[in-house]
Amino acid sequence: MWKRLALIFLLLVGTSALLSPVIAPFSYSEQFRDSANAPPGGKFLLGTDDMGRDRLSRLLYATAVSAVLAPAAAALSVLLALLACAFPGLVVGGLTTICLSIPWIFLFIILRAELPLNTDPSISVLLTFALMGVAGWAGPARVFSGSIREMMESGWMLQARSAGIAGWRIGLVYAWPHLRSVALAQFRVLAPVYILAEASLGLLGLGVAEPMPSWGNLLRDLQHPDMVRQNPAILAPLLLLMLCLLAIEAVAVKTHEKEVFR
Amino acid sequence: MKSLIAGLLVALSALAASPSELHFALHGDPRTFDPLHVEDSNSEIVRYITAGVLLRVNRVTDQLQPELAESWKILDGGKAITFRLRAGLKFSDGTPLTSADVARTIQKALDPKENSPAGGTLKGAQGAPEIVVGGPRDITIRYAAPKPSIDRIFDSLGIGPEGNAKMPATAGPYFVAEFRPGLSLQLKRNPNYWKRDGSGRQLPYIDSIRIDIQGNRDIELTRFLRGELHLIHKIDAESFDRVVREKPGSARNGGASLDSEFLWFNQAPAKQVPEWKRKWFQSSAFRHGVSQAIHRNDLAALNYKGHAHPAAGPISTANRTWFNAELKPLPANPANAAKLFAQDGFQLKDGVLRDRDGHAVEFSLVTNAGNRIREKAAALIQDDLKKVGIKVNIVTLDIGSLLERIRKTMDYEAALLGFTNVDSDPMEQMNVWLSSGAEHAWWPSQKTPATPWESRLDALVMEQSTAISMAVRKKAAVEIQRIAVAEEPIIYLVNPDYLVAVSPAVKGFQIAVAPPQVFWNIEWLKLE
Repeated sequence: MWKRLALIFLLLVGTSALLSPVIAPFSYSEQFRDSANAPPGGKFLLGTDDMGRDRLSRLLYATAVSAVLAPAAAALSVLLALLACAFPGLVVGGLTTICLSIPWIFLFIILRAELPLNTDPSISVLLTFALMGVAGWAGPARVFSGSIREMMESGWMLQARSAGIAGWRIGLVYAWPHLRSVALAQFRVLAPVYILAEASLGLLGLGVAEPMPSWGNLLRDLQHPDMVRQNPAILAPLLLLMLCLLAIEAVAVKTHEKEVFR
Repeated sequence: MKSLIAGLLVALSALAASPSELHFALHGDPRTFDPLHVEDSNSEIVRYITAGVLLRVNRVTDQLQPELAESWKILDGGKAITFRLRAGLKFSDGTPLTSADVARTIQKALDPKENSPAGGTLKGAQGAPEIVVGGPRDITIRYAAPKPSIDRIFDSLGIGPEGNAKMPATAGPYFVAEFRPGLSLQLKRNPNYWKRDGSGRQLPYIDSIRIDIQGNRDIELTRFLRGELHLIHKIDAESFDRVVREKPGSARNGGASLDSEFLWFNQAPAKQVPEWKRKWFQSSAFRHGVSQAIHRNDLAALNYKGHAHPAAGPISTANRTWFNAELKPLPANPANAAKLFAQDGFQLKDGVLRDRDGHAVEFSLVTNAGNRIREKAAALIQDDLKKVGIKVNIVTLDIGSLLERIRKTMDYEAALLGFTNVDSDPMEQMNVWLSSGAEHAWWPSQKTPATPWESRLDALVMEQSTAISMAVRKKAAVEIQRIAVAEEPIIYLVNPDYLVAVSPAVKGFQIAVAPPQVFWNIEWLKLE
């Protein structure tokens, strides 16, 4: 029941985000300068920001940026980690340690500084998330290599190998179901981390730049408590972020439970 | 009954004598208490409050007034200045202050080993001046050639005692009694301060000042709203509006400040900028077109919540002494902008402006990351220019890579930044207007002026900064402003207002245009 609700919610958020160019009442950058800081209602369902831009439209576009790209980056990290685990020597060889000790924030600063200035904003956003995805492989890789090592020493693995089952078959049929739940768990952890990471990169001006909206830069309005008091609709991105995280959690946990009890 | 009244009187007098303490915050540690080595704004504030100076520029009237010197005279057509000190001057530790201390301070500032910023101001065009001590109260400073502003430069020269104490004795209204790095600063009134009010009472009125080191401006604001701080000497528009709502009597708008926000195009021959774009940037018609397409009123109203004034040129309208009153802020006029573009061979087709050779007009605008107001200003400008067919790509960079681009590699197309002016004298902007200047934003450090108007500006800047006659200097400044607006290498946008929060308990303050806008008459402030 909860899982279904959560799934429906996520689907709804996902589709409305992807369809934002069609369903958003205005463009995210259109400025209605005479209606700056308008309260919710009338022409603007959630009101406008201090430059007269429709908050609802900005939220829809922001969802497309954050709720789609952050999980995609998380998926990329997990995928890269799994691939890396195909070369156990490499992972054990300390590459993860090196990667985990690199201060990635500087790479983001360098990336932003080295990009041609006339790079399209959408490309710079894609690159930022892609770099986030690539940079984040080492954490999950470590977890995976740990659980693979554990599996290699387990009784069933020993039995399977002594029974002469081919390596790929062991991997695909026996090991993968174990690894899959670990991978899902990693994805669940990383997706919200990336959403929040983008928000803090935005504070450094490295994430999604004006006028493009993201959950991160919409949340920056919350730094002014009295603005929230004036227009509680500013809380909408926060609410959406929380609900999405809860929904992801609900879907993932239920899936995981099912697997455990099967 | 009698004893009751007597008791009441005693209690009243005790109340009157109870020490008063002014409380405010600085955003970081002052790096030095040596008045000759001040380079950061926090040390500058402490220096202003503590160091004694020979004369002071009244921050409201912009006129000179006597301080440690009771009189002075400019001699030999601006080549020399002679001061007569007040009688019986003493430092806060009780040692007498004589012309020998003034001479030693000047010599120390000029000593190359000291590398003092004050020395740079004191030096003449032909090197260090000659210092003649005429008696314990008389001193003359003589230059080889006329020295511009020979009197005003002494407004910032804090006279110090002998020795190299970390917290030296002072001759200003206060001295530093205690410094706890990262935490707080305690200033006490100088018991030997010379100044008295009309009734003969020794100044300053307020006994001590407690300055907290508070880097977080939100916490500073919260503490002010709670009544823990008496004032915030510079707040942004959003915080100001909060003070207006929560403590209406405490929010004070000082009107337009000397600071300005502006944008400019890169005109330097940098290989990273395509040749055809540089042609646009070097065309004054193009720059005027861009300038007229921008709604400065909206910038002031939306970005600064109305607490800014549209700028009219390089000198703020608030600068009454130097502003060229013939200049008016440019109202937005997109139709006229389109006309200007058309004159220059640009054509608007399907909402896209194209130059003679068919290149779509598109440029990137860099600004510093993390500055909300500038990021939003960029978004407003982007929207304004879209309406005349120009595509602007906003790029926010960390300040390090931004400066690298605009000063060294010249790898940028347009930049949006601001200047904080600390002096009303436009001499301060010399480095911007001299074509050889390192801050000649649109094309720094030119070997020879690139255009006739830049060479004219060079001559005017030299005249403005070296002429002795105020009338000549003023005339040059007016002409500099006229050319700056006629050519518009820098497109001035707004002069943000100077906003402060001051508790109603603080009496006697007057907001000035030049820093320190709120403390400039600190010895006259009272606490109720």
